[in-house]
Amino acid sequence: MAVILASTLTTNLAILVLAGFVGFVVISKVPNTLHTPLMSGTNAIHGIVVLGGLLLIGLAGNDTFNHIILVVAIAFGTINVVGGFLVTDRMLEMFKSKPRAKADDEDKGAT
Amino acid sequence: MSTPLAVSFIQSESFLDVLYIIAFALFIQGLRGLSGPTTAVRGNRIAAVGMAIAVVATLLQPSEGDWGLIVLGVAIGAAVGVPAARNVKMTAMPQMVALFNGVGGGAVFLIAWAEFRRFGSTYGGHSYTVGSHITLPGGSEGVFLHHVTLPGPPTYVAIFSVFAAIIGSISFWGSNIAFGKLQEILPGRPITLGRAQQFVNLLLLAIAVACGIDLVAGAHSELLFIVMLIAAALLGNAVVLPIGGADMPVVISLLNAFTGLSAAATGMALDNTALIVAGMIVGASGSILTNLMATVMNRSIPSIVAGGFGGGAEVAAPGGEAAHGGTVRSTSAADAAIQLAYANRVVIVPGYGMAVAQAQHAVRELTKELETRGVEVSYAIHPVAGRMPGHMNVLLAEADVPYDQLKEMDEANPEFQRTDVSLVIGANDVTNPAAKNTPSSPIYGMPILEVADSHSVIVIKRSMNPGFAGIENELYYDPKTSMLFGDAKAAVSEITAELQQL
Repeated sequence: MAVILASTLTTNLAILVLAGFVGFVVISKVPNTLHTPLMSGTNAIHGIVVLGGLLLIGLAGNDTFNHIILVVAIAFGTINVVGGFLVTDRMLEMFKSKPRAKADDEDKGAT
Repeated sequence: MSTPLAVSFIQSESFLDVLYIIAFALFIQGLRGLSGPTTAVRGNRIAAVGMAIAVVATLLQPSEGDWGLIVLGVAIGAAVGVPAARNVKMTAMPQMVALFNGVGGGAVFLIAWAEFRRFGSTYGGHSYTVGSHITLPGGSEGVFLHHVTLPGPPTYVAIFSVFAAIIGSISFWGSNIAFGKLQEILPGRPITLGRAQQFVNLLLLAIAVACGIDLVAGAHSELLFIVMLIAAALLGNAVVLPIGGADMPVVISLLNAFTGLSAAATGMALDNTALIVAGMIVGASGSILTNLMATVMNRSIPSIVAGGFGGGAEVAAPGGEAAHGGTVRSTSAADAAIQLAYANRVVIVPGYGMAVAQAQHAVRELTKELETRGVEVSYAIHPVAGRMPGHMNVLLAEADVPYDQLKEMDEANPEFQRTDVSLVIGANDVTNPAAKNTPSSPIYGMPILEVADSHSVIVIKRSMNPGFAGIENELYYDPKTSMLFGDAKAAVSEITAELQQL
């Protein structure tokens, strides 16, 4: 039993460390100009903690107060995820529409 | 008792793992997409799909139940989150991110609390002597006929849970204070206890950690857990309240990293790889971003967290302004319009003043007007202009300013020497030559936009009040500089109107 637990811990620790490196590598390439959307996007990703609430609420042994705590936690996590992705999408849509806007301007300039 | 093959396959642990792995790949691919303006929208959506897969995978688990409560929680969250995200103004984006980050931290500490209560308000396990009573989850009573010792969770679970609870609580309260400050519900200037501040912070941290250690050691007390949460909550308040408006971007980024780390810790405690990977990626990226921002502002993270900088009287450089003793030249919209109309090259330097006045569309109109007159216009963006890195880019993007007109600091600085007019709109500290010339200045060493190199400078500003760093700007006393006092939007619109009459 102890052996199994230890291996869960070390496996998870390995995943933790590797994920940290992935985070460093992936993010260090992002230009300054996209930092606000990036912050907002990563912010949405840590809303994944909502899974913790979903898992715990399904298990036996929760009293009423725990149910209240977990419903609030799920609501918070959902706000984090849904709000975060939507807000990031809104911000980024503005970046995307720009090449077209610029082409329009050039047309105007030419005429 | 036979389960259909398809169901047992879907509910098997390997299937869950596979779905989680797909979700991770999508997160990483999504974040990679965020590295360029053309792929960013898709990147964000890919990450969102990853999130949806992770949620569905979790809900497929056989242990899932209480669907009513799950739907209730998700419905409340969606009802609050969707309209908030849809309706928020682009200028209010920093506080929205702070708020979303805060609720994430809130979810983390609530989950840790619920987990602790499920263990029976102790991580130490339970010992039952013969004849002792127990209330079973269903509500029925039981009596032990043998001596039974039920072990608690492994120590590492307790450690990660306690860590998640403390950091989650700090992040929740700290983010809410940051939101309050940016939304101007709370005053933006530092609120500090003075010399006692550091001591109080350390004391609160010590209380939270001591409670945590006691709990890990097996203390059976829900009160202790609540005291730990409260100490961490007060610490979150005590750390962010003394931080001035200028440092807020760094603080939000730091709290974002904190929430990520606490989510990873929750994953370690719950043995859930999705939480570990996603939380840790956010923790790592948030740390990079925080460090980068602090470097750009020439501030160390400890000194920001120690607070007191950013608008306090104590940092007004002694004798600094007297040494300049120069006069400030004020100009009118008409004069500014003439100056701009006859320039070959104009660089616009936006700052928080533009965001506050919602002037980005007016600025875009001015740019169009100048371009029809053959003036070459670009924008110089300081990495920390505004309240978040990239804040100005988002606003100008909203106003349809072409991406290639936005120049980053390194690209913009060499160009100032051949710029006829630099138009500074509500930016202050990021243009202050004191950062280059005055070693005694608190911002000495911070990279700035070298607008003083251009042939002339027009500064649009509401008053001579110093910026968020609380220091005088030498630029305003430069003979090349003229000041146009007023609200950024009104002033820019006036200049545009004057231009149209020329």
